[in-house]
Amino acid sequence: MRNVVPLVIAFVAGVTMMLALFVPVLQPLQERASVWFIILAAIAFLIGGTNLLLHHARKIAQQEAGWGFSAVTLVSFFITVFVGLAKWGVPPSDAYPNHPWSGNYITEGAPLWWLYQYIIDPVTSTMFALLSFYVASAAYRAFRAKNTEAMILLGTAFIVLLGRCSAGTFLTSWVPESLEALTFPGATAVIMAVFTTAGQRAIMIGISLGVAAISLRIILGLDRSYLGADE
Amino acid sequence: MTRELMISWFLLIAGGIGLVVLSATSEKGVGTIYVKPVPAANQVQTWTETQRTDSAAVFSPYRTAGVWLAAFLTLAVFSYLYKDNVFYKLAESMIVGVSAGYYLVANFWDSIVALLMTELTPQLVRNWALPSLSETKTVDPWFLVPLVLSLFLFCRFVPRLSWLARWPLAFVVGTFAGLRLVSILDADFISQIRSTIVPLIVLTNGSFNVWASIRNLGLLLSVVTCLAYFFFSVPHQGLFGKVSRVGVWVLMITFGASFAFTVMGRITLLTRRFEFLFIDWLRLIDP
Repeated sequence: MRNVVPLVIAFVAGVTMMLALFVPVLQPLQERASVWFIILAAIAFLIGGTNLLLHHARKIAQQEAGWGFSAVTLVSFFITVFVGLAKWGVPPSDAYPNHPWSGNYITEGAPLWWLYQYIIDPVTSTMFALLSFYVASAAYRAFRAKNTEAMILLGTAFIVLLGRCSAGTFLTSWVPESLEALTFPGATAVIMAVFTTAGQRAIMIGISLGVAAISLRIILGLDRSYLGADE
Repeated sequence: MTRELMISWFLLIAGGIGLVVLSATSEKGVGTIYVKPVPAANQVQTWTETQRTDSAAVFSPYRTAGVWLAAFLTLAVFSYLYKDNVFYKLAESMIVGVSAGYYLVANFWDSIVALLMTELTPQLVRNWALPSLSETKTVDPWFLVPLVLSLFLFCRFVPRLSWLARWPLAFVVGTFAGLRLVSILDADFISQIRSTIVPLIVLTNGSFNVWASIRNLGLLLSVVTCLAYFFFSVPHQGLFGKVSRVGVWVLMITFGASFAFTVMGRITLLTRRFEFLFIDWLRLIDP
C-alpha cells in the first residue's frame, strides 16, 4: 500500500488532467485540481518554514560553528512571520473600515512592507548585481579557452552589447543605410531575429519533448524518483 | 592584530567618520525620508513618501531607519567581492530568514486563506479577513481533499508516518505531469515547428524580397542544424557531424546573445544599487 497508492494517485491525477483537455465534462475537475495544486504548493512553503526552523534550532542547540548566524536567521524568520500573519500595522481596507483584518498584508507602511522594501529588495538585487563582476571573469576564462565555440559566443555577446547601447550606434554611424545589417544595431537585429530565435526554438522543442517523455514516465509509474531515494 | 584586520578597521572608522561629517554638513539630509499623510476613508492614518520640500512633509524615522539598514546590507553584500566575511554572512542570514517568512506569509494569505479556507469556512473568513466574499458562498466539501493531503505532507516529520507524505507529493507531481504533457506539446513543440515553417521565397508587393528570403532560409537551416545536434540516435560523424557542428555554432550565438542580455541586466541592477547608495542614501547626486 505504501508504494502502490502514490503511484495510483499520480496515475489518476495525471490521466484526469490529460483527459480534461479532450473531454469538456471533466473541465471543472481539472480546474478544481489546479486549485488544489496551488494549495498544496502553499502548504509546501509551511513545510519549508518548519524545516528551516528545525535545521537552525538544531544548530543553535548543539552550538555548531556559525550558530550565531542561525540565530539571526531564526529571529528574522519569526519577526517576519509574526508581523505578516498578524497583519501588524496594516490598516483596514477603505471599503470595509469596520473589519480590522480586511487590509492587504503588504500595504505601504506596514512592517511586512518595510521588511520587503528595506531587506529583501536591496539584498536580492545587490546579490544579482554582484554577478556583473563574476560574468567579467567568466568572459575572461572563455577567451582563454581559445576555441571556435568560445570565440563565437563572446563575439556575439560583444556585438549584442554594443548593438544595444548608443556607443554601438555611434561607432558604425558611417555605414551607409543600404548596408544597415553591418552596423552593430543591425547585426544585433539579425542575430536576434535569425540565430537566437532558431537556437531558442530548437532548445524549446528539445525541452518540450523531454518534459512530455518525463511526464508520461511519471504518470505510468516508470519514473518514481519523486517518491524518494529508496524507490 | 594582522595587517588585513588593521586595514579593515581603518576603512570602517574612516567610513563612519565620513558619514558623521556628511550627515552634519549636508543640507539635503543623509538617508532621511519624509512622508505626507494620505487622505483615507476610514479613521486610520496612512502615509506615503514625499520630497523634503513638500509643505506637508514630515520626517519619518521608521523609513529613514529602513534606508540606513538597506544601505548597510547593500555594502555588506558588496563586501563579498573582497572575500567572505562576517558582514556578508549577517546579510545572508537575514535574507534567508526574512524571505522564508515573507513567502510563507504570502502563501498563507493568498492561497491557504483565499483558496482553501474560503471554500471550507466561508462564513468565518468573511467575518475575519475577506468581507468582500460573497454572502451566497457555501461550503465545498471537495476541498477537504487538499486539506487532508496537506496534513499528510506534515507526516514527513513523524518517522513512523513519513510514508503518508508521499501521497500529496504524488498528487502534485501527477497533476503537474498531466497538465504539462499536453499543454507543452501544444504550446511549445507544435507551435515552434509551426513558426519555423516560413516561405523561403518572400514576395513583397509582387517583387522578390532578397533579405527576407535569406533571413527565412537562415532561420530554417539554423533550426534544422540545432535539432541535428540534439539528435543523438545517429553518430555525429561525416556529413551529419558537420551539420551538427554548425548547430553548435548557432547555439553558441544564442548563448552569446543571452550572455550579453544577462550582463546588461546585471549592470542595470548594479547601477540601481549605486543610485540607491549615492542618491537615496548619501544624497551626493541630485536625482
